[in-house]
Formats: sequence, C-alpha cells, structure tokens
Amino acid sequence: MAHEDVLAQTLVKEILRLVDGKLRFMEVCGTHTVSIFRSGIRSLLPKGLELISGPGCPVCVTPVGEIDRAIALTRLKEVTLLTFGDLMRVPGASSSLSYERALGRDIRVITSPLDALKIAVGAQNRKIVLFAVGFETTSPAIAATVKEARRREIHNLYLLSSQRLIPPAIKTLLSSGKANVDGLLLPGHVSVIIGKAPYSFIARDFSLMGVITGFEPLDILEGICMLLRQKAQGRSEIENQYRRAVKDQGNRLALQIMEEVFQPVIARWRGLGKIPDSGLTLREEFEDMDAAKVFDLPLEDKEDPPGCCCGEVLQGLKSPPDCPLFGKRCTPDDPIGPCMVSSEGSCGAFYTYGVLQ
Amino acid sequence: MKQDRILLAHGAGGKLTHDLVEKLFLPSLDNEILASLDDSAIIPTERARLAFTTDSYVVKPLFFPGGDIGRLSVCGTVNDLAMSGARPLGISTSFILEEGFPTQDLERVVSSIKEAALEAGVMVVAGDTKVVEHGAAEGLFITTSGVGLVPDGVDIRGSRARPGDIVIINGPIGDHEIGVLLARGEFSLKGTIVSDCAPLNGIVQAMLTACGDIHVLRDPTRGGLATVLWEIANASQVGVIIDEDKVTVRQEVRGVCDLLGFDPLYLANEGKLVAFVPQDEARGVLETMRADPLGRESVVIGRVVDDNPGKVLLRTKIGGHRLLEPLSGEQIPRIC
Repeated sequence: MAHEDVLAQTLVKEILRLVDGKLRFMEVCGTHTVSIFRSGIRSLLPKGLELISGPGCPVCVTPVGEIDRAIALTRLKEVTLLTFGDLMRVPGASSSLSYERALGRDIRVITSPLDALKIAVGAQNRKIVLFAVGFETTSPAIAATVKEARRREIHNLYLLSSQRLIPPAIKTLLSSGKANVDGLLLPGHVSVIIGKAPYSFIARDFSLMGVITGFEPLDILEGICMLLRQKAQGRSEIENQYRRAVKDQGNRLALQIMEEVFQPVIARWRGLGKIPDSGLTLREEFEDMDAAKVFDLPLEDKEDPPGCCCGEVLQGLKSPPDCPLFGKRCTPDDPIGPCMVSSEGSCGAFYTYGVLQ
Repeated sequence: MKQDRILLAHGAGGKLTHDLVEKLFLPSLDNEILASLDDSAIIPTERARLAFTTDSYVVKPLFFPGGDIGRLSVCGTVNDLAMSGARPLGISTSFILEEGFPTQDLERVVSSIKEAALEAGVMVVAGDTKVVEHGAAEGLFITTSGVGLVPDGVDIRGSRARPGDIVIINGPIGDHEIGVLLARGEFSLKGTIVSDCAPLNGIVQAMLTACGDIHVLRDPTRGGLATVLWEIANASQVGVIIDEDKVTVRQEVRGVCDLLGFDPLYLANEGKLVAFVPQDEARGVLETMRADPLGRESVVIGRVVDDNPGKVLLRTKIGGHRLLEPLSGEQIPRIC
C-alpha cells in the first residue's frame, strides 16, 4: 500500500502548491463525505481550503411529511412496507419506522429494490409497498422493478416514491446565493447514469467549476487538484475525473427506463424547500402501482424538528458541530435529524469519524 | 425518539445498549464486581480468583461457513473467560427451542458444541432446555455461562494499558460478520468468506507463558476492533496510535464492505484478540502467537502513547489521520 501513500503525497504537494487564499469546495455527495472522513483527507489539506458537505444524501433530504406518510401506511393491517435500512431510524413528527416495527408493524429492510418482486410473489395476501428513496443512482433499478412487476402481472406490489434528482437541487442551492462555494466535487455514481451535460448550467449560469469525482481517496485528492488548476487558470468548466466509470453521455439505457416509468414533479427537500421537477413520480400508465394514490394518503407539509440544523447543514451553511443539538441530544443512536441517521449524512460522519482538533 | 419500547438498536452494542446497562440494569443490580463491566467478572475467593461470564446467542442463520450457533456459543463464552487470562473450568448451555424445530438440526448443533468444547479443552457441566410456542422464538437461542480460574500473578484488565505498550492482533478482521452476512443470502452476493469463530484460550495460555505480564486482552466481537480499542484507551486513559496499513482485511471482506458502505474496523470477529503488551516483551509474544495455528497472521498494529489520553488515532493509508470512535447507531444484523 506504500504506492497509494506515495501517490497521495504527490497529490497533496500539488494541492499545497496550487492553493491560493481561502477556498470553499462542496462535495455534493454523501459517499464523498464518508470517504473524506475515513481516509483523513481533511487532515492533509491546508487550512485555507475548506471542504463542505452538500445535499447529496438521499435519506437526509427526505422531509418529515414523507416519513410520516410511510409510517401511516404501515398502520394499515394489509400493508408490508419495504425500506432501505438507513430510513428505519429517521424520526418523523412523533415516531420512526424502527419504533413502529417494535410495535409489531410489518416493516422489512431490503438491500435491493428487486427483492420487492420476490417478497410480493411470496405474499399474495399482503399489499407490498416499496418505500423508494434515492437519487438517479437507484432510480433505474426501481424503474426496472416496476416494469418487471407489470410484465409478470404482480398486482400486490406498490411504490411509495420519495426519489429525488440531483441537478435541480444544485441549481436551487447555487441560486439562493447563500452557499458561498468556489467549486463543486460532483457525485460519481449519479453521473454514471446522467453523464456530464446536466451539470453544464453550473459553469454557464453561475461561472463555477465542477469536477465529477470518484470515491477512492486518491480520486478525491485528484478532483480537488483539478478544481484548483481550473481556479489557477481562470477557467470555470465541468470536468470528469472519474473517467473510468462516467461517460459524458451517461448511461442511455438507464436514462431510458427511468424516463419510461417516472416523470419529474415538484418535491420538497429538507432544508431546501420545494424545488420544481426535482422529484420522481410514476407515470400515468403505472398509476395503479402508486401507493400514495392507491391508499389515498395525502402528503402533509411538516416543519423540521425544532433546533435541528440539518437544513442548514445540507446547504453547506453550517458545519454539524455548529448545531446546538450535535453530539448532545442528537447522536447516531438517538438521532433528531436525518443527517445524523444516515451513514452518508454529514452529522453522522462528523460524529463517527471525529477529527482531532 | 420515545424510549418506552425496546428497539433492535438496544441490542446492537452501541450507545443504546450502554444506556440500558447504565440506566436500567446497574441502578438495581450494581455491586463492586459487576461495575467493572469487563468481559468476565472476577470473583476473589480465599484460595483463588474465579472468572465468571454469561452470553446469549441469537445468530441468524443458525448455520454459516466456519461454524454454527453451537460452536459460537462455546467459543464466545470461552473467549470471554480467556480475555481475563482465566483457564476455563466448565460451561453451562441453556437452550430455548421453538416448537417445530427439526430434531436433526438440534443434533447438529449439539455435536458442534461437543467438538468446540473438545477443541477448547472445556467440559459442558450443566444445561437446561425450554420449548416455546411456534413464533415465540426464531428456531433456537442458546445461552452459555462459564467459570474459569485466573492463574496467580496474571492481571489482565482493560484499564492496564500503559504508554509504550505494543498493540498486537492475531490476524485479519471482519471474517465473522461478513461470513454470516453472506450466509443470510440477503445481498445477492456470493463469497467464500468463512467465519473465524474459534476458542482462543489455547493461544492465550501460550502468550502468558511467553509474557506473564500481558496488560490487556480483548476480543473484538460486536463493535469491532475500533470499539474495543476505544474502550481500552478510555479505561486506561492513554492514547493509542494505529496504522491502518498494518491492519489486515481480506480482499473479499473489503470488497463486500465497499459495496455496502461498511467500515471493516467496526466488523465483528469471533476468533480474534487484541493484546497490549510491554514493549520489550512484544517480540516474544508475537513469535509465540505466530507459532499457534490461530495466530499465524499476527501483526503489530500500533502502540500506546502519553498524548491524547482516551483517544485512538488512526494513521490512514494515504498518510492522513482520524480518530476512531466506538460503534454508534448502526443497524447490524444478528451476528452473535
């Protein structure tokens, strides 16, 4: 592993050489946040260069109202709710899925949306609802699950969609003018699906630079170098560091199946408010699988928990330790805000991977 | 969130488990021996010091590559005794069976209890059986308790780490948790990872022959290596520095971790031990460990320092550093 060490040192030297004055780069994606903490990248960067976490944690941006809608569904006797593990402990207004499960509700953790097909086939007398949270990375697999259920005439599988799209959130964040960032490390996995073009507004409309970046520590160091080089040369472009996985045009097949099954809708993001065309809902021809419609569960707009700074943390306006609840009333074991729950949430990462001051 | 119900997380070994012990159990049951909260209770008698421990096993699935609930229930208890340096004298096994459980499976479990006990050189000296209604338990739960004798002069405790001590582990981490995880078949992943489940009393006795003054021994089970190191740094109020480079993780285990977002430092092991030994005895202990079948891959992973008492500093592979904190809030499947 000495090899990795030497390459890292070379990149860090280059970063030290290029840094000029104070700079703030946002890593949009939670997977980046975790990798940065785990590998100790922050400890290698010069003081003037600040990395801040963005809104790219799907569980974190899911608003209270949507958690409560899922909880309401589990109280229907005929319903089995399938969810990804991270969502279990996200607090709703007065309960969480994990608390509801302790009361005996039928809630199961799955790791792949395709598991839903097997479960639905095996439990014909139950109504199986897949609570789908995620970005462009997971949406193609969820779309494939929906199509497959239709093809195999599985009639007891429904989708409760809380899916989100990344580019509209970045646009809203930058438009607000509050984020105060000099450049963006753009998410690798999302970009595998959507490619480079959807980010072009970042350079065009905001004169900011962005680099699509992989998740290994060396990828991230190189991504930072590329941003610094653009800065030094006075460029504002979208570049691709993660060329081994991301093609400029993205994954056409995946985009096609998403397009076939879902359509963009206005959606609320925790911290960012309502953003046009930033959510995904089932198209009309799949409406009979839309749990929100079939079970007639209206979505209530609810306030975030008082005192919780997740909203500001997600916009890069606050660092987790700035929140009065951080590490005191809000811990990964007993979280108040979702940023502390998810393994990709920045509060959770700050708490788990403490940095020696 | 409301605290009026027991959640799965109360059993995960993190802060909620800790709270349950501190706020619910200890206020009623506290005494000098229990309060030390070590893996084994050390009961002083006129003629000898007895080590006593108990543990329940609810692993799912019951059978996994490298072991089953029977083997696990013997090794877990023997290892808790061994981590105090005690020689196990005898263990008890208590079965809670669900109505309808296949007799053949029970025979299989009992036969691996027999084998593991033979391997550890310990007798099963007491037992109990209860059967509950269908649905009241998932197949089979086992509780084992064990009694051991702590040899004269041996004083191994979490609070005895001293600056200068060398930190040694007897092999790669994470095999048990990932092996069991894959055996559950929930991740559509296939692998050849085998649980490291093994009785460690033999290697511990060999280590004690090489160095009678081992300061700390811990088996990094639930919560993994990171949690155990943090507990020791805290109990001893010393700093610990670990080199990420030196901690071995099998490639397959690392691959699964990358895929699922796990950190190998928090994965459970059932046949690993971490030893804190005085610097000038480290070489001898390491050689002894490497001569044992359960210690062939033993390595020095770090050292104890004066700085930053109560903290564990990890030097990362790319030359950065970060603190290792105890496991908190993860939803872990039943692995022990």
